[in-house]
Order: sequence, then C-alpha cells, then structure tokens
Amino acid sequence: MIAFIVRRLLQSIVVMLVVALLAFSMFRYIGDPINQMVGVETSSEERAELRERLGLNDPMLVQFGRFAADAARFDFGVSYQHKKPVSELFADRLPATLELAFLSAVFALACGIPMGVYTALRRDAWLSKVFLTVSLIGISLPTFLIGILLIFVFSVWLGWLPSFGRGETVDLGVWTTGLLTVSGWKAALMPSITLGLFQMTLIMRLVRSEMLEVLRTDYIKFARARGLSDRAVHFGHALKNTLVPVITITGLQLGSIIAFAIITETVFQWPGMGLLFLQAIQNVDIPIMAAYLILIAFFFVLINLIVDLLYYAVDPRLRVDRATSAGH
Amino acid sequence: MAADRTTAPIHRPGLAGAIHRGLDSDVFHSFKQSKVTMLAGAVTALYFLAALLAPWIAPHDPYDLANISLMDSFLPPMWMDGGDARFPLGTDDQGRGILSTIIYGARASLLVGFAAVLLAAAIGVTLGLIAGYLGGTVDAVIMRVAEVQLSFPAILIALLIDGVARGVLGGDAEGNLAFAVIIVSIGLSFWVQYARTVRGSCLVEKHKEYVQAARVIGVHPGLIVVRHVLPNVLGPVLVIATISLALAIITEATLSFLGVGVPPTQPSLGTMIRVGNDFLFSGEWWITLFPGAALAVLVLAVNLLGDWLRDALNPKLR
Repeated sequence: MIAFIVRRLLQSIVVMLVVALLAFSMFRYIGDPINQMVGVETSSEERAELRERLGLNDPMLVQFGRFAADAARFDFGVSYQHKKPVSELFADRLPATLELAFLSAVFALACGIPMGVYTALRRDAWLSKVFLTVSLIGISLPTFLIGILLIFVFSVWLGWLPSFGRGETVDLGVWTTGLLTVSGWKAALMPSITLGLFQMTLIMRLVRSEMLEVLRTDYIKFARARGLSDRAVHFGHALKNTLVPVITITGLQLGSIIAFAIITETVFQWPGMGLLFLQAIQNVDIPIMAAYLILIAFFFVLINLIVDLLYYAVDPRLRVDRATSAGH
Repeated sequence: MAADRTTAPIHRPGLAGAIHRGLDSDVFHSFKQSKVTMLAGAVTALYFLAALLAPWIAPHDPYDLANISLMDSFLPPMWMDGGDARFPLGTDDQGRGILSTIIYGARASLLVGFAAVLLAAAIGVTLGLIAGYLGGTVDAVIMRVAEVQLSFPAILIALLIDGVARGVLGGDAEGNLAFAVIIVSIGLSFWVQYARTVRGSCLVEKHKEYVQAARVIGVHPGLIVVRHVLPNVLGPVLVIATISLALAIITEATLSFLGVGVPPTQPSLGTMIRVGNDFLFSGEWWITLFPGAALAVLVLAVNLLGDWLRDALNPKLR
C-alpha cells in the first residue's frame, strides 16, 4: 500500500515537472519577455540591465529551477495585458470557476444516476427511450451550441433568466460567492446545466450499462431467490456495486469540467479563469497562459491521484491482484 | 475462417470486382439492416456533395466582396415578412446569405476535420507501430507521453497549441496559415488514441507466425512493419477515425466560436455562430440557429455512422 502511494506520488511529481518545463519554455522562447515589459523608448543598456537583474542570462537549469520554485508558490509575475500580478488575477477568478464546476458536477450526478438506474430497470419504457435519445443528442451537440440554445429560449424568448455574468455576489473575504443571492442562483442555472449536460449523459450511460451487467450476476439472482424486495435488490445490492466506476469517471471528469468551463464561460460571459485564459490566448499573454496550464495540470494530477487512492480503498480486488503480482 | 476461404466466391479482378465484393460484404449487409444508419449515411453523403460542389450549388459566393452588399444585411428567411427570395435562409450583418455561408462553412468544417484526422492518424499510427514493434525504452517514452496527454481534454491541448502558434507566428495568422494552425492543433491533440490502439494490436501481431517467418527470411524490420503488420492493424484505426472526425468537426467549430480558430473573413460554421450570437438579442435568430442546426445534424450523422462502423467491424457482436 505504501509502495503504491509513493509510486503514484512520484509519477505525479514527474508529470508536474514536465508540465512546468512546457510552461517555462513557453515563457522563455515565445517572444522576448523584456520587450513585453518595457516601452519602445527604453535604451538597450537599460534592457541589458533588466535582463541581468531578472536573471535571464543565467544558465537554463538555474532559470528553470527558479521558475519551478516560483510556480510552486504560484508566482508567475505580471500579466502583459492587465499589468497586474497573475496570482491576483487568478485569485479573483478562481471562485467563479470552482462554483460553476461544483454546481455542474452536482447537476450531472443528481440527474445522471437516477436516469441511468431508470433506463436500466425499465429498458422498454418510453421514458427510457426518451432519455437515451436525449443523451445521443447531448453528445452530438457542441457545448457552446447548447448554451446558445438555452439563452435563446430562456433569456431572449421567455425572458426568465439572465444571459451573462454571475448576478449579485457576496464577498466573504478570500472568496466571492454567488450562491447566497437569488440573482446569483438564477445566473448560475443555465451555465451549470450547459457545462454538466455532457457529463450527465456520460454518467447516465455508464450507470445504465453497469447496472445491466450487475443485474445479470449470480449474487443478484441469489438475492432475488432469498425473497428480498425489488427495492433492496436494485438499490442495496446492484446500485452499490455500480458506483465504483461511477466514482472514478466522475472524479476524472471533474478535471474536464474545469477545462471545458472555458467554453461555457465564454458563452455566458461568466467571469472565471477560463475567460481569462481565452483572452490571454487571443492577446498572447504568456504569464497567464503558463499559470493556467500549471494550475489545470495541478488540478488534474491531484484529482487523478485522489481517484486512484479511492479506487484502491474501495475495491479490495485491486489490492489482492497487486499483492499476488508483487509476489511473483 | 479456413472454411470461409474455400466457400467464398472467386473474386473478379479490377474495379468492378472490388465494387461487387464491397456490395456483397458483411459490413455492407449490416449497413442495409439499419434504417438509422442508412439515413445517417445519406445525410453525410449530402454534406460531402454540398461541400465538394459548393461553388456551383451555393446561390452566391458569400466571401467574395464583389458579391455582397450591406444593403442586404439582416434580411430574415424568405418565408418571413421582409424576406428576399435571393436569400432563402436570410442574411447576416454583412449581407452574406446564410444558406451560402452554411454550404461554404460545411466545406471548411469537413476539410479541417478530414485533414486533422489524417494528421492525427498518421502521427498516431506511426508512433504506435514504432512503440509496439520496437518495445523497450522507445515504447516506454512514447506511451508515457501519451498517458500524460490523455489526462488532459483534447480541446485544452488544441487551445494551447493554437496559443503557442500565435505567439510564434506573431498575433493573428491570416488565410491559409490560420487553417494550417487549426489543423495542426487538432491533429496533435487527437493522436494518442490511435497510438494506443495500434500499439496494442501491433504487440499481438508481432508474435504471430507470419511476422516471425518474414523476420526469419531476413526482411528489413521497417518493411515488415509497413507491409505486414500495418494492414492487419488498420481495422480499429478506421473506427477511431470516423468517431474522431465528428470530434474534430466539433473542436474546429468550438475553436472558431471562441475566436481562436478560422478568421472571420473565412467561412466556418463556428465563426458564423459566434457572429450571430451577438445579434441573438436584437431578434436576428437565423444568423445563429441555422448554422447551429447544420453543425448539429452533420455531427450527429457522422457519430451515428461511427457507432455503426464500430459494431459492424467488431466480430464479437456478430
């Protein structure tokens, strides 16, 4: 167990180092950082002095070490475009993105699992066919199109929901939240559905196929033979065993949700990190791009690590397999 | 399998024979079995024809400045009040006909989608074959890179490559260069699946007798891989290619919608949807919704074809 954790931790660190190297080379080789920081009228002596002061003449390895150390403290210098520290910009935007991601994950789970269970138990009901058709369309429609359709129906046509922004937010010191006001909830409704729809279809299909598989197994037949009620068989025995892969996929999808938030945030002008990143790409604002890359990589690696460890804790077979294979 | 060989009809050579074999095959038989698949095939074929023949069937060329007039801007579809029969689906903010832009946009979408899929397949198959056949350190390095890339969504990687390309090329790339950038970004973000699948099949194939026989008679390893292993691992590649064509089309539209893909002066469904999005509130819904529907139908049809192909080529499901 400890060996497994240590190996996974080492792998995670290697991945982070590779990503940091990528971010560093973006930083160092795309355009000249000095040109981005100073005006046109700066003399070449001043430029050379600034270059020396910033350590751009040091050996590459030293520079990379410094970059990695700064990155570990999330210090990426000043944005070329906003002229503000990158960490400050991200601190402003992070709560908006995380709230959006959290709400869509909750939506995806709260709708996806019951829909999956229903379609598995009542395979031929018309509602199941509706769910499956909707899920096929949900996979085929690009995220941004779903967002635009929702805006068209609920903002333009019916005028019920706002089409952009976060609504009123409450400042809690380090965290600004939109979940304490009515307008915040109204503003969050469409973006979280847009973002969560794809994950919902994924979870629904996964739960459905896992349930169908589990319902065929011997222990379910045995449970029925013991005379347990349908309810106990379906929810106590079957559903419980389908949840292991669901946990894994949901966990891994959480990272994708944060990344796909770029699109949703653009459609709804949601003031999160994704919108910041997109503007940075359009303006070649390297410090923000590098910071976003490292932050997202960190989220991904962290989530992967947690999911792996959880899987290990939940599924005893994995432990046995590893123990026997280690014995060889 | 051996029994099949002996009872199979003698194949006629040449093109006619190939067509005959194609129409007689299991795959085509399963195609005829499913009405949904046939419909999807017909729709996809229609898009292809429209894309190929765009200059001849589109009412006018919406990207030729001599053809468009600002006087025609914001015309509604022809069945609504104020519509114009010259523009069946209305016009956008610059007086371009929506129907013509959709036809030209589908052309761009399919072009980018195909090119990106070909690039991704070429990279993925090559690396997969190298990794699978050589094994050892080369294999470990390639697969580690693939794993790291696989843990990030393709759209994020495409965005990053696009951003880096912008930085290197300096600001907005124009015209054909913009197309090249977007094809490379999508291609580079989709190669992993091919590499993993091909490597897996290659590992199985390389221990089979025909490969060992070729090795024993001294065929060059490169030739063994290209002539003998490659044809036997191409089946799954075709399935991945069809499914990732739909994904590539979505990714192109998404990048264009985000404003980092095809430049606004070029036709693209994603760009049209973005432009129309600004006018949704002033009532000009047709600028967004028609291209959106065109995109959705195209992706749905290609997806259905991909699903069918996956099942048809999977011997376990027969």
